[in-house]
Amino acid sequence: MGARARRRFISVLAGLAAAPMLPARLARAQQADPFAPLVRKITGGAALRAGRVTVDTPRLADNGHSVPLSVSVESPMTAADHVRSITLLSERNPRPLMATFHLDPAAGRAHVATRVRLNGSQRVLAIAQLSDGSWWSGDAEVEVTESACLDAT
Amino acid sequence: MVARVQLPAGAKAGEVIEVRITIQHPMETGFRFELGGTPVAKNVINSLLVRYNGAQIFRAEMGSGIAANPYLQFHTVAKESGEIEVAWVDDNGERGVEKAALVVTRA
Repeated sequence: MGARARRRFISVLAGLAAAPMLPARLARAQQADPFAPLVRKITGGAALRAGRVTVDTPRLADNGHSVPLSVSVESPMTAADHVRSITLLSERNPRPLMATFHLDPAAGRAHVATRVRLNGSQRVLAIAQLSDGSWWSGDAEVEVTESACLDAT
Repeated sequence: MVARVQLPAGAKAGEVIEVRITIQHPMETGFRFELGGTPVAKNVINSLLVRYNGAQIFRAEMGSGIAANPYLQFHTVAKESGEIEVAWVDDNGERGVEKAALVVTRA
């Protein structure tokens, strides 16, 4: 095999290795946000900004039937400036709307925790509405080894 | 239905306290089947309301995305001694109430 042939062979190999990644990455970039239609329904079309909301989950959940999840929102929690509600959305659950929590200005701290069911590895989104009517979001990526809702598939 | 409302043993007025709730409930998703193949009807606690001395401090709307035996944790500011009451209802219309006493001392 000459040097040129070898070079060509190697470039073909490299191309083969990169090929399956290219469309996947493109598809991901072009794909619309899976949460978009549901988010629109909840916010009534109002702008949703990323930030102020932190979703805390284990990076790896052994059991999708019960995944600890907590959400905190940066807010002084006063009568004039507080968090009205926090909604939890799942990317892959058959019912993506998991829960909505309505907070009271007298909560002192905008922090809620619960345990959710997750149908496989996915991104979980939390959206919060503040007392001024603005919407903020935060998300977390969860790897689920044993998914919930196995009977459904 | 068995439930538990956990509060700190005592709190000073103005202190932010943690309220923890667990309720024994299967939170049936409606996606499960019996051994014979008949589907198990969806039955989840769809709404839960928490009152502190009669005033609402927290409300939750839940779906099948909340795990069985739901656990909820949130905060509130201790004002005066009294009662924290949690009331909920499931898809079958079954209601439940659980209360816990809160002792608040002067700050």
